[in-house]
Amino acid sequence: MKKNDLLMLGVGGQGIVLASDILSEVAMAAGYDVKKTDTLGMAQRGGSVVSHVRIADKVWSPLIKEGEVDILVAFEKLEAARWSYFLSKNGAAIVNNQTTPPLSVSLGTGRYPEDKEIEEILKRSANRFYLIDGTSYAQELGDIRTLNMLMLGSVSSLLPIDVKTWKDCISQRLSSNIIVNMAAFDKGREEMSRAGVR
Amino acid sequence: MKKLLSGNEAFALGAYHAGVMVASAYPGTPSTEILESIAKFDEVYAEWSTNEKVAMELGMGAAYTGVRALVSMKQVGLNVASDPFMAASITGINGGLVVIVADDPGVFSTQNEQDTRHYAKLAKVPMLEPSDSQEAYDIMAVAFDMSEKFDTPVLVRSSTRISHSKSVVETDTSRPATAKPASFKHDVEKYVMLPVHVRLRRPAVEERLVKLTAYADNFPGNHVIKGEKRLGVISSGVAYQYAREAFPKASFLKLGMTYPLPQNLIREFAALVGGLMVIEELDPFLEENIRALGIKVIGKEFIPRIGELNTRIVEEAGYRAGLLPELAHRAVSPPLGLPGRPPVLCSGCPHAGIFFVLNTIGQRSKLLDARGKSDAQGKLIITGDIGCYTLATYPPLRAMDTTGCMGAGIGQALGMEKAGVEGKVVATIGDSTFLHSGITGVVDAVYNKSGITIIILDNGTTAMTGHQEHPGTGVTVKGKKTNMIELEKLVRGAGVNDVKVVNAFDIKALRTAVRSSLDNPELSVIIVRGTCSVRLKKRTGQRTVDIEKCDDCETCLRIGCPAIQKLGEQIYIDATLCVGEACTICEQLCPKKAIGPVAAGGGTK
Repeated sequence: MKKNDLLMLGVGGQGIVLASDILSEVAMAAGYDVKKTDTLGMAQRGGSVVSHVRIADKVWSPLIKEGEVDILVAFEKLEAARWSYFLSKNGAAIVNNQTTPPLSVSLGTGRYPEDKEIEEILKRSANRFYLIDGTSYAQELGDIRTLNMLMLGSVSSLLPIDVKTWKDCISQRLSSNIIVNMAAFDKGREEMSRAGVR
Repeated sequence: MKKLLSGNEAFALGAYHAGVMVASAYPGTPSTEILESIAKFDEVYAEWSTNEKVAMELGMGAAYTGVRALVSMKQVGLNVASDPFMAASITGINGGLVVIVADDPGVFSTQNEQDTRHYAKLAKVPMLEPSDSQEAYDIMAVAFDMSEKFDTPVLVRSSTRISHSKSVVETDTSRPATAKPASFKHDVEKYVMLPVHVRLRRPAVEERLVKLTAYADNFPGNHVIKGEKRLGVISSGVAYQYAREAFPKASFLKLGMTYPLPQNLIREFAALVGGLMVIEELDPFLEENIRALGIKVIGKEFIPRIGELNTRIVEEAGYRAGLLPELAHRAVSPPLGLPGRPPVLCSGCPHAGIFFVLNTIGQRSKLLDARGKSDAQGKLIITGDIGCYTLATYPPLRAMDTTGCMGAGIGQALGMEKAGVEGKVVATIGDSTFLHSGITGVVDAVYNKSGITIIILDNGTTAMTGHQEHPGTGVTVKGKKTNMIELEKLVRGAGVNDVKVVNAFDIKALRTAVRSSLDNPELSVIIVRGTCSVRLKKRTGQRTVDIEKCDDCETCLRIGCPAIQKLGEQIYIDATLCVGEACTICEQLCPKKAIGPVAAGGGTK
């Protein structure tokens, strides 16, 4: 496999750290070298969260260089726009269609960009761009917290690692609610195949 | 056995496999998970100590009895623990004593950016620096052996990027079966640091350093990676990873032991290569010590002293130094004008109400300009401390004037009062921080007849570092029930007469308590008690905004609750974030009574 650098990001509380943990375990189980690191602020919830996951035959730095991200996985749209400049020329962006206004927007001192602006920013950097209604699907599944497994399902469509390895690692890591989480994972894959990814 | 481990998990497992018997720590990002991980092993006594000083003293005591002890903390924790740490250097140990200190280059969650390596030089003890989780794991056995062989505490420097990165680790599966039982051999010349004994011990410390310097040349973690002879790079810690990536062809001297330096090895390496560059995070510690050997190196004139490094920063430094060709970076720059997403107090946070009250009583929204400055002094000065609640500095709460270090808020408030500042000074401090180092401040306030108001924000946990137990929770790090320190008894016992306990989610009661304390010329303590919302098991009765009644006055937005959002014209509450019944502060504050529980069949959004 050529190297794969993935950036997973969103808002604190969306389950990004667990998702990037599982992604890394999947990569290790598939026999690759892997390093992952989270950049978290000091808040428990609500701040910007970014996880770097690097998969290759040999990885040195745990941090991905700007302009070298192969797959950007954004759990929130504004965060997708913010970090899109990390994408490589051939990079793909998977973006969950969720709007979480930061406090400055609610207080009227900041402006949340229009969907069109976000799309423009993303298209400037991303070679391929998939918008997924992950939050709605997770809510339909009855548990918003399955969003992270849904996003992992989408990511799995872009990586050359078999589905069984993914599902084994997910079941090992999750302690409860496995059926719903697997359904979310499958839904994520389904959405990508609907978008033409096989 | 292959495992994917964070640096902190690897430290813990490495120490376990090295036969550690006692582990102590006070939580501090990014070091917290070291103790949490080691506490899972039944054979190891592990505790959250009251603070880092006690943790260090505990480690010393355990090591004096011949068992292996591990003490872990964040870099500023070593400031707190520096007194016993310096003492441990002079007494030496018996069983191995390893002290892991995690630095925070880039300042993700600390009040400064200090470089711990200076402490090694100050205390004349060895310093080890792993570069990834495998090395973090491997280094523990080496560190304990070294500690015992040279009769010294050993410092291990981690960093945010080592502690909080995961990588693949090949581990052992067992620990030595024959851990020595604890036994103390009386030796007053070694353990009682009377000046006369210190004078006896001093030569031993200097001799130890000479022996360690010789040992460093053969230390297995110090090694040369041969590449092109044109350039030699000396590096350590996570900076080594960036350097390897930025200079794939150069020769490397990788240092796993950065104090004392392997002088002969460095001289040999310098003779082998054309030019020498030192790549290290934060201060020019290696660089200055190598230069002191009379060896010509470049380093900090190209590598920043401030912040975290990464491969790109190192590449750019290499280009500026004429060592790398111009960089073929993708010319896409960060998008401009996007609103930031700084950390905030969570929805349902028990700190929001009290800081809202302090904000309004102190009229701080009017007082402070956009950058939090005011030439005029307001009615209320609010000293702060280290914890989630430091975030109450930001708009809209804007109710904090100082934050220095753990426990400093009370002493600072005393200083302002005694200096004769007009008006009332209020000190705010969290429960865990109060037990860590606020108690001595209260004792001082009682003794010196202060009239300040101390507000203890009691959310029943050490929240910011990820919800660790502390002496006020009545639960140990191993999840067992234990004695509980009751804050109200503690402050009353110290001699505070005016002590009030208030529900953190009752705005009226909070306001009344604060007003009454401010009117009292004597010392008063308000304990604001409410469960941290992240720990709530059940969330029911989410609130919603009735758009018929809402007149858009935005009072609710001034709580700074992330669940209360406004996009376009309408204010709404994100039901997935709202904690409902457990909080209701917005409902209490809404002048139009437009906020209430979601009606059956869903509310408005």
